[in-house]
Amino acid sequence: MAEQCAVVGIGQTKHRESRRDVSMPGLIRIAALEALEDADMTFKDVDAIVIGTAPDMFEGIMMPELFLADALGAAGKPIFRVHTAGSVGGSTAVVASHLVQAGVHEKVLTVAFEKQSESNAMWALSPAIPFQPQLVAGAGGYFAPLIRSYIRRADAHPDTGCMVAVKDRAHGMLNPHAHLHLDQSLEEVKAAPMLWDPIRYSETCPSSDGAVAMVLVNQQQAKRVKNPAWVKGTSVRTERTFFAGRDQVNPRAGQQCAKDVYDQAGITNPPVEIDCAEIYVPFSWFEPMWLENLGFAEEGLGWKMTMEGKTKLGADMPINMSGGVMCTNPIGASGMLRFAEAARQVRGTADQHQVDGAKVALGHAFGGGSQFFAAWIVSSER
Amino acid sequence: MSDFLSAPYVLQYTYTRSTGPVIGRFLESLRYGVLEGVRTADGGVLCPPLEYDEKGEATTGEFIQLRPVGTVKSWTWVPEPRKGHPLDRPFAFALIQIDGTDNAMVHVVDAEKPKRMKTGMRVRARWAEERNGTIRDIACFEPVLPYLPGPVHLDYDVRPGQHYTAFLRGLQEGKLIGGCDSQSGKVYVPPRAADPFTGNPTSEYVEVADTGVLTTFTIIRIPFEGQKLKPPYCFGAIVLDGADMPIYHLISGVPYDQIRMGMRVKAKWKPREEWETSLENILYFEPTGEPDAPFESYEEHL
Repeated sequence: MAEQCAVVGIGQTKHRESRRDVSMPGLIRIAALEALEDADMTFKDVDAIVIGTAPDMFEGIMMPELFLADALGAAGKPIFRVHTAGSVGGSTAVVASHLVQAGVHEKVLTVAFEKQSESNAMWALSPAIPFQPQLVAGAGGYFAPLIRSYIRRADAHPDTGCMVAVKDRAHGMLNPHAHLHLDQSLEEVKAAPMLWDPIRYSETCPSSDGAVAMVLVNQQQAKRVKNPAWVKGTSVRTERTFFAGRDQVNPRAGQQCAKDVYDQAGITNPPVEIDCAEIYVPFSWFEPMWLENLGFAEEGLGWKMTMEGKTKLGADMPINMSGGVMCTNPIGASGMLRFAEAARQVRGTADQHQVDGAKVALGHAFGGGSQFFAAWIVSSER
Repeated sequence: MSDFLSAPYVLQYTYTRSTGPVIGRFLESLRYGVLEGVRTADGGVLCPPLEYDEKGEATTGEFIQLRPVGTVKSWTWVPEPRKGHPLDRPFAFALIQIDGTDNAMVHVVDAEKPKRMKTGMRVRARWAEERNGTIRDIACFEPVLPYLPGPVHLDYDVRPGQHYTAFLRGLQEGKLIGGCDSQSGKVYVPPRAADPFTGNPTSEYVEVADTGVLTTFTIIRIPFEGQKLKPPYCFGAIVLDGADMPIYHLISGVPYDQIRMGMRVKAKWKPREEWETSLENILYFEPTGEPDAPFESYEEHL
């Protein structure tokens, strides 16, 4: 690559079930202005904008980037839309970083958002199309059988999903931007009703309105701030939803995405060399599944890390310090929130949910039928 | 008590009201769907207008046109409207301060439910269809919501394509058709143009059994908009005998707590005369009663 890339500005909205107080342009503007202020920049300084949001049917707006351009100061500048389902926030940040690394632009504003209150993702994910019965019931309906497969294959402790929910919600209590602020005991989480057996209501992410933005710049421009987060590796991988012999529990695309990003960052032992990680966990059982897929645990042993409390703030391998997707889920933004939280950690600006001395962090997102993956490694050192 | 006599009696008469120059103009404007306030001597604006303000001064006679939008300052809910009430469904009486005025108007808010009422809420006038120069020319006020309906309607003509059509034609005959990649030998159900793993065409059609192994499943207990089936229902991944990847279908004919990974299942078909080109020809899969398949035999399909 021609240039090094750093995150010098991060902004996000307060995420809520419904941000009826603002329009869609108003929502993204809050995050964009906060990121620019953090970077000591204005819209005038920005060379290009990269924007990501979930599939058009989620909000019922075709090509929203066109009507959002003015709110992002994009008139007369390149604006580029990224579109990779739930992983979109991650891959949007990756595309933005590539524009900097390739030397195409010096200063790129990247934004991701979702206003779930304007739409109905359950409906959008559960079409009743001709020639077949309507079976799937939202994302939970798709992922519940995969989770059952994981539990059986790993012979996992049945409380693992509930332990993740308790932990992520406790982390979310420390994050003023988080949508859910729930102080829940293991007993309360276990008592919640099954929505998509074996997924309980309490083991599910919320529906949120929110936006997140970052300013990515080259080495020269990184001098604007004293604590840039350096992008040490980026990767995006995809596989088909269905093919014979596909491992849906531990998808190959996810493993290869992780290997690629570690190779670029020179990481050979992820749990030792990575200080903390924000990973995409929309249903609590995905924490142990991704711990294995991302190489933090041996296959079949991810649930033990969770049950032993190793993924809590203050423990060996903190996961989802911000409360993660389990506390905040504006779908299109959820991936970039992971990437942004990883950057906040290595910049030392994660406030109440800061991991002491974090130098290297992983941001991760996935989408579709566990088939789209995006990841980056950020570091406080260049 | 029946000793007391009683008889109905109605006292009714239509008086004639002189509206005066200020109220008269206000009401005449309502007839044309225009809301006006009057300027007071000290520069304030009153709507409804008055001839004399609360300080005892005559108002100026200068009229100001207003947007028929305001803020609820106070309200009371009427759960059971009586005869003569302005609406025949539950409503609120409210004090509404029209934007740009210094007093408030008593009127009605059509809010459906008391939980939609809030002091400070924004309301707009709903004009009566027939107006005759009375305060009832404003039929009522209604909440101003910070959002709009955004309907989307897309008409599709779904054409399932060559290979899926072969699958559907098979279903019409009560057969389950797969497509075989002749090199790898993998059988895809439904068939498709190519094996996405090898890239080879899967154009050699083979019939697979309507029995198989339930590899994994979920029980849906959540209702949602557009749902056709009434929860709870179970659907699962079934690797049919002779196929190399699962299809998804309903599991029934067995209590939910007895559904297991590895359970052998068989298609329960609709009566033959109801068969169409649809996977819905199979109502659901139900247990065959055979011993469960060992985990190792289907693990590669998870």
